[in-house]
Amino acid sequence: MTVPFDYRAPATLADALALLRDHGEEAKPLAGGQSLVPLLALRLARPAVLVDLNRLDELRAIRREGDALVVGALVRHRALERGDGVLAACPLLQEAAALIGNVRVRTLGTIGGSLAHADPAAEWPAVVRALDGVVLVRGPAGDRAIPAGDFFVGALVTALRPGELIVGVRLPVLGPGAGGAVEEFSRRAGDFAIVAAVAVVELAPDGTVARARVSLAGAGSIPQRLPETEAALAGRRPDPETLRGAASRASAIEPEGDAHASAAYRRHLARVLTARALARAAAVAARRGAA
Amino acid sequence: MTELTVAFTLNGRPCEVRTAAHRTLLEILRDDLGAMEVKEGCGEGVCGTCTVLLDGEPVSSCLVLAPRAAGCRVTTVRGLGDGDRLHPLQEAFVTQGGVQCGFCIPGMIVTAYAFLRDHPAASREEIRRAIAGNLCRCTGYTKIIDAIASAAPGRGGGAPGAAGG
Repeated sequence: MTVPFDYRAPATLADALALLRDHGEEAKPLAGGQSLVPLLALRLARPAVLVDLNRLDELRAIRREGDALVVGALVRHRALERGDGVLAACPLLQEAAALIGNVRVRTLGTIGGSLAHADPAAEWPAVVRALDGVVLVRGPAGDRAIPAGDFFVGALVTALRPGELIVGVRLPVLGPGAGGAVEEFSRRAGDFAIVAAVAVVELAPDGTVARARVSLAGAGSIPQRLPETEAALAGRRPDPETLRGAASRASAIEPEGDAHASAAYRRHLARVLTARALARAAAVAARRGAA
Repeated sequence: MTELTVAFTLNGRPCEVRTAAHRTLLEILRDDLGAMEVKEGCGEGVCGTCTVLLDGEPVSSCLVLAPRAAGCRVTTVRGLGDGDRLHPLQEAFVTQGGVQCGFCIPGMIVTAYAFLRDHPAASREEIRRAIAGNLCRCTGYTKIIDAIASAAPGRGGGAPGAAGG
């Protein structure tokens, strides 16, 4: 049993937004409930009104828009892990989804919920940041498209304004010659990662790196890109030495130490996991380019 | 506080419960419907002890608010067998000695059931990963994994039949 609340399950997005507007800070939206329900059970969240979004089929769609995939906020981790239909074009999403929590979390948890919760160690924020994804939001002032680099503001804090809901996220589909990989380390299977690295490598026709992007989870209060690592790879061949050298620049990050890991250990993990993710992303890119 | 009527099927049997919206499926199953085979462990979605199938997929029943179950098929470990006949996976836990105190077993079996249904030829390593979210505090997991592996249809074990519900 959680704290008592008034329960509303609007049938349309417009109704959901009206409820959030009418009840202001008293209201909390519920998606998959895999972060919010534990917070309710622990009395860390005490909303007077719970606005259940699960009837909003309009937020469950996944569609291809040119070179991008628009994933509805209510799409569950499990669907992204299975990668059916248009999702088959995005193996990076399947790989990331499979790392989330345990199978029960993946059955119910949603990508929109994960982005809104903005846990510093969660997979989706880091993946969306690495892909330069755009978070699609609707609220009292209309629609906003917020680049991932602006969306995450702090630990569990986003650029969402009062009354706004995430309706989806737009992610580029990686073309041939591009590949992604996620590497993470946790003490026990199913735990949040201590550090996770997401790498996306795009190769030019001559086999050099046209663009590399890396983001880390668990290395700060928000997912962070590694611009020095990325710059060190541009125009270079992705041989093991170059990748290792670029990854070593991840040591420049300044994470906080906590009960799970010291700052020095997180720095170490950032370097090692970045190297592994880059190597695998480059191999995937080479394979897809050759196919 | 909102009260509502939630109707769903439990192991194939239709049922209807009048409940406050802030109660969990776990509480409804145990306290209202007497499904005591569903165990409460941590109450925070971590331990896997309260795992049930919601429309065939594993969930932590402690993290499912009552209204979410409306219209769903809910399957507990009791719904896997056929009356007094155990499901081959349950049988395997008996013959392989997979049960010590037994508290984690209902969740463990439900999780393994859904996994073997989707991965009938799973390797031991894949089985280990599949039950990583189900904690046993008695013993090692070796005999539990033995039991699941011996029941995997693609590895010569008994085929999981259709679950009730």
